[in-house]
Amino acid sequence: MSLALKALKKSPWVFHVNTGACNNCDIEILDCLTPRFDVERFGVLLVGSIRHADVLLISGPVTQNVLSRLKRLYEAAPRPIKVVAFGACGCRCGIFRDGYNVVGPIDKYIPVDAYIPGCPPKPETIISGIVKVLNQL
Amino acid sequence: MQAVLYFVKYLVFPGFLFSAVVGLLTTWVDRKVSARVQLRVGPPWYQPFADTFKLLGKEVVVPAGARHTGFLLMPVIGLAAATLASTILWLVNLRPESSFVGDTIVVLYVMTIPAIALIFGASASGNPLAALGSAREMKLLFAYELPLVIAVLTTIVKVGSFSFEKILMYQEYNGVMLGSVSGVLAFVVMIFCAQAKLGFLPFDIAEAETEIAGGTHIEYSGAPLAIIRLNTAIMYLVLPLFIITLFWGGVNFIGWRILTSVLKYVAIVVIMVLIKNTNPRVRIDHAVRFFWGPMFALSAIAMILAIVGY
Repeated sequence: MSLALKALKKSPWVFHVNTGACNNCDIEILDCLTPRFDVERFGVLLVGSIRHADVLLISGPVTQNVLSRLKRLYEAAPRPIKVVAFGACGCRCGIFRDGYNVVGPIDKYIPVDAYIPGCPPKPETIISGIVKVLNQL
Repeated sequence: MQAVLYFVKYLVFPGFLFSAVVGLLTTWVDRKVSARVQLRVGPPWYQPFADTFKLLGKEVVVPAGARHTGFLLMPVIGLAAATLASTILWLVNLRPESSFVGDTIVVLYVMTIPAIALIFGASASGNPLAALGSAREMKLLFAYELPLVIAVLTTIVKVGSFSFEKILMYQEYNGVMLGSVSGVLAFVVMIFCAQAKLGFLPFDIAEAETEIAGGTHIEYSGAPLAIIRLNTAIMYLVLPLFIITLFWGGVNFIGWRILTSVLKYVAIVVIMVLIKNTNPRVRIDHAVRFFWGPMFALSAIAMILAIVGY
């Protein structure tokens, strides 16, 4: 294993994007950064720009308006990038699957490396999902 | 031979390699203390090194609308300037006879180059948020340079010399600058200016991750981002060292003074981290008003007191 890859496992920076979720998943993501779970112990940081990201964390079903942005976001990310679909909506559109503006789950448009199910997923589930993604490297 | 020696000093000790390692360890202290203040555990000691190596291995994306040369060259220029400032400061502290006339002014000038390089680099990226960030960085630069220079002049007036050697000798014989009223006032001004120079809360207006998504850093990825972070790490070493040299008798590696030197350095870093963790981000006009109002007044009072002799 190369040094850069080893270092990547120790500092995955996460960029979080909401593609039409109800905001509950986003609250749970912030939960991971609180003192109880403190994912910064493992080097996980939430970054503000896609150019800094190693993991693309997407919550929500894909709506019509956000589709083109989602594709551009995936193309703008520096490789290697791992994509994680987050929450019941991220995996299978959840309760929004019959919505008039929903065009389908994330994996229909961009390749997804891991799914974290739940409505919303517990912080323990999120951490376990991130660990699984890192073990794929 | 002399040239090779200077080159080794610049690249290895006390230049690039040494400054980078100590600077990255300082950013770890920063993150760890921040975590403890927020009742978290915080990252392990090797975290900044892992971040740097990871970024060096990532893909470098140059945006379609960017000017390639400026975008990629500017972080390197900033790093070279920060390393130069660090080298001069360590050399005058470890061997005061290597000081030269006007080295305080040289360091003062060289320390502004990383900020200017970041402004140029961000402007070259062609991103509107980066343009916003670089405009804010420029205003902030104008704001904090005035009180910073006056605070540095306070020590120079008191000592009566522009060279670090004389400043260190004066403090050796007459007691440290922090023992006088003017020294304490100028020290407070310097701490706030250092906070703004490093782009820390409450003055991280140019980066503002939650507001303009990284601002000046937004388009940088991979190795250039690693260089910018290294740049900040080295400036994190340079500014406390500059403050200690001017106001607190300098650092030294001889005998017991190694312990007091490290304690002085960590004390200033912890003060900065505590300011960072207890203040929200201010608006750019508030920051300018803060530096041109109270901070300018405080540094002017310190200057007058120094002239009078307190």
